Amino acid sequence: MSSPALPAPPEPGVPPSTTRHLAPNRGRTGSLAWHLGALLILAVILYPVAWVVGASFKPSKDIINSLTLFPSEPILSNFKGLADGIADVEIWTFFQNSLFYALGAVAGVLISCSLTAYAFARIRFAGRNLLFSLMIGTLLLPYHVLLIPQYVMFQKLGWINSYAPLLIGKYLATEAFFVFLMVQFMRNLPRELDEAARLDGCGHLRIYWSIVLPLCRPALITSAIFTFINAWNDFMGPLIYLNEPGKYTVSLGLMMFRDSDGVAANYGGMIAMSLVALLPVLLFFLAFQRYLIDGMATSGLKG
Amino acid sequence: MGHAVTLVKDSAPAARKARPAAPATAGRPGRRRENLAGYLFMSPWIAGFLLLTAGPMVASLYFAFTDYNLFNTPKWVGFDNFTKMFDDPRWQKSVEVTAKYVIIGTPLKLLLALGVALLLAQSRRGQAFYRAAFYAPSLIGASVSVGFVWRSLFSDGAIVDRTQTFLGFHVGGWVGNADWALYCLVALTVWQFGAPMVIFLAGLKQVPKELYEAAEMDGAGPFRRFWNITLPMISPVLFFNVLLETIHSFQIFGSAYVVSNTYCGPADATLVYTCYLYQQGFRNSQMGFASAMAWMLLLAVALVTAVLFWSQKKWVHYEEDTR
Repeated sequence: MSSPALPAPPEPGVPPSTTRHLAPNRGRTGSLAWHLGALLILAVILYPVAWVVGASFKPSKDIINSLTLFPSEPILSNFKGLADGIADVEIWTFFQNSLFYALGAVAGVLISCSLTAYAFARIRFAGRNLLFSLMIGTLLLPYHVLLIPQYVMFQKLGWINSYAPLLIGKYLATEAFFVFLMVQFMRNLPRELDEAARLDGCGHLRIYWSIVLPLCRPALITSAIFTFINAWNDFMGPLIYLNEPGKYTVSLGLMMFRDSDGVAANYGGMIAMSLVALLPVLLFFLAFQRYLIDGMATSGLKG
Repeated sequence: MGHAVTLVKDSAPAARKARPAAPATAGRPGRRRENLAGYLFMSPWIAGFLLLTAGPMVASLYFAFTDYNLFNTPKWVGFDNFTKMFDDPRWQKSVEVTAKYVIIGTPLKLLLALGVALLLAQSRRGQAFYRAAFYAPSLIGASVSVGFVWRSLFSDGAIVDRTQTFLGFHVGGWVGNADWALYCLVALTVWQFGAPMVIFLAGLKQVPKELYEAAEMDGAGPFRRFWNITLPMISPVLFFNVLLETIHSFQIFGSAYVVSNTYCGPADATLVYTCYLYQQGFRNSQMGFASAMAWMLLLAVALVTAVLFWSQKKWVHYEEDTR
């Protein structure tokens, strides 16, 4: 704390005691205002989510124009229609593809980022600080600079229209944010643990696997869930690398519901599918929100 | 982030001091083994950095000075791509659209995030619930699903239009209106204020209570307390949020592509920078031109980052390390 001018000089003419007198009274009305404010924001936040739930049970023609959030006569035909698939591809295929992509990404990030983080946090080797600065630098690098040359490279390798270009980075620790998160976590583990293990003759691999990884569970869970959600929501990667509907992820499958002008032939189906696509993310969030929010919060601190 | 870099520099000597015995007994072979272990553990990252980051960056810089459509051999054209770009009205439009999006969207989002964080920081019942609920949009906001929902909510005759009409100024659907379409995207990013809010909240929790008590004793009002205590104390967190949010919003792509239409219309109203880059690179196969565009984006982001880092000396107060 270097500079804020404290304590502030009392303002002339304002007796300092008045605020103390008002305190209990202000507490009650303040509490009411607090809850009103919070609820108002909550309503704005949740409206789009509630809307998509309600709209998916409405007939297509009512979705935009009826203002009631939930239909008086909910219909299931939007969901039933999904069973027919779209453009000869079954809806389930998109979900399978997304699941494959997301789980593949999670495995890659957990392995490669934790190995890298262990080296940064627990091994003293020449050039470590330089490499760490480079790693942080990649966090700020706009991905679009790499987009074209990477595409050219994967095209030469014949990897277009496969998941390899989407997944390889996950196995090579290019997700610097998660490396960073794990480094922060590992640094806070007591060093005595390693030293004791070393005296017992354990090498780094053993310490990494049997001591550090189990203790890092919260950071690993946070990284895994964020990776899953990011891959599930990923749009640009699949858009660029996948060009056969049978290989599309849910994001691309959703885009098939409308033409390039944004007009959807089957509006109800599109909205129903949107809801189904959101469900995994929302469920993950409900189950693990603590890990996600704490992981997010610590990223900005001690940062 | 800058904090991170300094932290490493700080902690390295501390770590050295903490464990003097091991290297001394192990001697030189021990150090060599540590180096080897370090690079073995790091090998995935090093391979990724060389193959997927450093290499492509060099290639991209080269492509920027060539005429290349993916199937010809790249032909050196000097600064042609850049001069063509500066003269291109659509490129100018994309710069204008992106600048508007960043300059309007980011401050609004951060102000809301800070405001709501200040509200939530007064611990009351339900605080954890609200924090979680407000954070949720940040997780789903980038999805195609939410893009569709957004498009629907802002279309002709839907809730936003009806509310506006009710309030007395009829606009119609935002998505199809060249003057309003971009604000639809701004609203979408502001809706995701939860991520920076969570970071602000964590920062606010670390401000020592005694500071406020002392200030209140001295008669400082709420505004003064905010200005003289809260703001300086959370300035590192504020810096972090400003940096990350600004850099991220320069790179908006998916929402523009989904919420408007796939060519980012109407009349290029939502032609954000990356959208135009995508069109040039992947629709028109102008890989050289697109690479030049990417490097301009990198320069812009680097410039903003540099200005922010330079300015932080003036307004960011880092706690002195007392360890």
